[in-house]
Amino acid sequence: MPAPIRLRELIRTIRTARTQAEEREMIQKECAAIRSSFREEDNTYRCRNVAKLLYMHMLGYPAHFGQLECLKLIASQKFTDKRIGYLGAMLLLDERQDVHLLMTNCIKNDLNHSTQYVQGLALCTLGCMGSSEMCRDLAGEVEKLLKTSNSYLRKKAALCAVHVIRKVPELMEMFLPATKNLLNEKNHGVLHTSVVLLTEMCERSPDMLAHFRKVSLVPQLVRILKNLIMSGYSPEHDVSGISDPFLQVRILRLLRILGRNDDDSSEAMNDILAQVATNTETSKNVGNAILYETVLTIMDIKSESGLRVLAINILGRFLLNNDKNIRYVALTSLLKTVQTDHNAVQRHRSTIVDCLKDLDVSIKRRAMELSFALVNGNNVRGMMKELLYFLDSCEPEFKADCASGIFLAAEKYAPSKRWHIDTIMRVLTTAGSYVRDDAVPNLIQLITNSVEMHAYTVQRLYKAILGDYSQQPLVQVASWCIGEYGDLLVSGQCEEEEPIQVYRLLATVSSGVCDSGDVLLFVFLSFHFPCSRIKKVVSIYGSSIDVELQQRAVEYNALFKKYDHMRPALLERMPVMEKVTTNGPTEIVQTNGETETAVLETKPPHSGLQPGSQANDLLDLLGGNDITPVIPTAPTSKPASAGGELLDLLGDLNLTGSPVSAPAPQISQPPFLPDILKSATFLLSTGIPSITAYNKNGLKIDFSFERSNTNPSVTVITIQASNSTELDMTDFVFQAAVPKTFQLQLLSPSSSVIPAFNSGTITQVIKVLNPQKQQLRMRIKLTYNHKGSAMQDLAEVNNFPPQSWQ
Amino acid sequence: VCSCSLSCFCLYFPRYASLYFCCAIEDQDNELLTLEVVHRYVELLDRYFGNVCELDIIFNFEKAYFILDEFIIGGEVQDTSKRSAVKAIEDSDMLQETVEEYMNKPAF
Repeated sequence: MPAPIRLRELIRTIRTARTQAEEREMIQKECAAIRSSFREEDNTYRCRNVAKLLYMHMLGYPAHFGQLECLKLIASQKFTDKRIGYLGAMLLLDERQDVHLLMTNCIKNDLNHSTQYVQGLALCTLGCMGSSEMCRDLAGEVEKLLKTSNSYLRKKAALCAVHVIRKVPELMEMFLPATKNLLNEKNHGVLHTSVVLLTEMCERSPDMLAHFRKVSLVPQLVRILKNLIMSGYSPEHDVSGISDPFLQVRILRLLRILGRNDDDSSEAMNDILAQVATNTETSKNVGNAILYETVLTIMDIKSESGLRVLAINILGRFLLNNDKNIRYVALTSLLKTVQTDHNAVQRHRSTIVDCLKDLDVSIKRRAMELSFALVNGNNVRGMMKELLYFLDSCEPEFKADCASGIFLAAEKYAPSKRWHIDTIMRVLTTAGSYVRDDAVPNLIQLITNSVEMHAYTVQRLYKAILGDYSQQPLVQVASWCIGEYGDLLVSGQCEEEEPIQVYRLLATVSSGVCDSGDVLLFVFLSFHFPCSRIKKVVSIYGSSIDVELQQRAVEYNALFKKYDHMRPALLERMPVMEKVTTNGPTEIVQTNGETETAVLETKPPHSGLQPGSQANDLLDLLGGNDITPVIPTAPTSKPASAGGELLDLLGDLNLTGSPVSAPAPQISQPPFLPDILKSATFLLSTGIPSITAYNKNGLKIDFSFERSNTNPSVTVITIQASNSTELDMTDFVFQAAVPKTFQLQLLSPSSSVIPAFNSGTITQVIKVLNPQKQQLRMRIKLTYNHKGSAMQDLAEVNNFPPQSWQ
Repeated sequence: VCSCSLSCFCLYFPRYASLYFCCAIEDQDNELLTLEVVHRYVELLDRYFGNVCELDIIFNFEKAYFILDEFIIGGEVQDTSKRSAVKAIEDSDMLQETVEEYMNKPAF
């Protein structure tokens, strides 16, 4: 069998491959050769073969079959073998392979080898990839070497001990005695690794930390640091004129840990920190590295305020540095300290804001986060201007976060409602498609709260979508507002718009971005301007492909045709919404089921109501698959307060099945109201005949009935009062009482004047809850003014058709 | 230099002519010092190979590893002296068995 090819030969060959496939082929061929060579247990060439295997492993090819061979190399007596063997072990083996435990004995022997370089190899391997079992077995040997006078071995042993502690923290105690003299060394390598070891111990164990504070570690470190700075030029450890920056930085880091939360230690290091901060050369990166570590230490320990200000000023200078690494590092540190040293960081605000215009993406992100942290009541206007400009020009990945941040900041610090609304509108127009879903309901809630801004808002929104209606959230908000406040837009408070123009705009909008929200608009507009054209458009949607649109359109059509009298009640303004916290899920106040007494009573949010769908839910409320009338506040007839009179009314009412001296008649209680209204859905009348409940002295009152299909106990009665005399009846009040087993709710009448000559009617809605399906009976009381005198009458209504209560 | 952040490590990529270095560090490590560490390593390579170039590293990758192992153990710098790392490697090279000791067959 010919000798295996040399390593360099192989490398050269592989590099000539022109394609991936060619390379793969070469490697496979060589692997096969190596495998057969391993099988022959060839000691001579094992080293060469493993070396080649390692090269192929570096290129990414599998090399696990060489693991055992590495172990054999380590066990060999030849130094060359050991070198490659240990390298192979570090590259191919780790604690996941059980094979690695076989190394333990070899390492143990090598740790006691006569040649320091062999010992060094063993220490290195143990310190890089030793598993916890290995560490446990060999910790004693490492500890022995930690106390040797050979500085070459001592420094390696120290780092090996660091690894042991990381793997098996319980063994930390064992190394404590050896640390006593570590810092007395002159050798920088030993010093450096000792500081690393002490750092590791202090970080992991509060007991160790306390111990080292007690044995005056801090003064020792301060002394070493001082010597480093003061001492003359040392070519061996010099980097750009600074003496051993690696050691300086490690010492500063250890000082940080020692000084944290400890006044005495912090006191002892104040001077040296100030010295390093002021005297270090900043022209090269290495000086800045030391300054950076110093700043981190100053901010973390209990330093005096002068020192902290010095630290933040250093960071401020970093921000102006040309090197973007340094700018990045400064922004990250400032972000950490902005909470505790807010005022000092504020001084560098303008520099931070300039960083928003940086080319580098990571720097822009840090600058944005920091800018938001710095916004306060005083600078909000200026900062917002910059941030809005940033929102305009930044990359898409930032827009969502930036928009949210702007909303939050605007909410906290807005100097005026108008500014707030302007800002939000600006965000919606520039980055509308990136805002989060909860922005729309929040904005709407904000707008309803600022009553005086309604006209202004709706104008601006109208103008905004005139120009561009591609941004969905903007269109949603605009649609809602135009629907609610369309009258403000068109009449009086606005300059030139005509209803037709508004209608035209919405037609274009809805043809582009159609959702049912836009159809709603027509309804609301039609309230103000019953226009045949609008009705026509709505009926067009009645045959739309989109099911939801179709349903809404049909419902609205019905609304126009049959229930025109309902429109005023239906289309009242939305009541002002409760103020909600921005961070939590928004709670939409349910507008149905309000009692007369508490309009702003907040209902708990529906379980399963997700913020994302709340925009749609809001629009749902407005249209609603069930058209539930909104009860306006303070209606003129309050059944609850009419208790006293009703008692009289029902005094001699013959109640079936209950004693005549019955306790107080059932007066509608507020808590029950929601139930009635929630369940009440209008159906087209199923043909229950209307009755004339009262007809006397020219006043006629008709009852028409509807039953709810979802709740069969509810009967909805609509009364119509007409006046056939030649004079109007004014201050008309209708009251009703029902027996105890029923519950009754009276909604407000359409007016209190019944015009003469039957030229008009008053309508009013009564809802009756009849859970026991008893025969419906009612006592009514009428009061009004007619021909200059006050009239009053009582009557009983007994002629309810059976379909109205069965 | 560009950088990106993973959950607990930061990767730094300093660039030296056609050589790209990739370095993963932890949260509490000093990023600016990391750049110095990489720079020091390049200096060590330069000292050992004499005007190091890309081919030196390709054909002597195991040496590059050995030098690295004299400079860093377990992620921590072990010696800050420019001389000692290179001296240790050169001494170790001397220990490698000569051609004759391999029975007239070359080492690798």
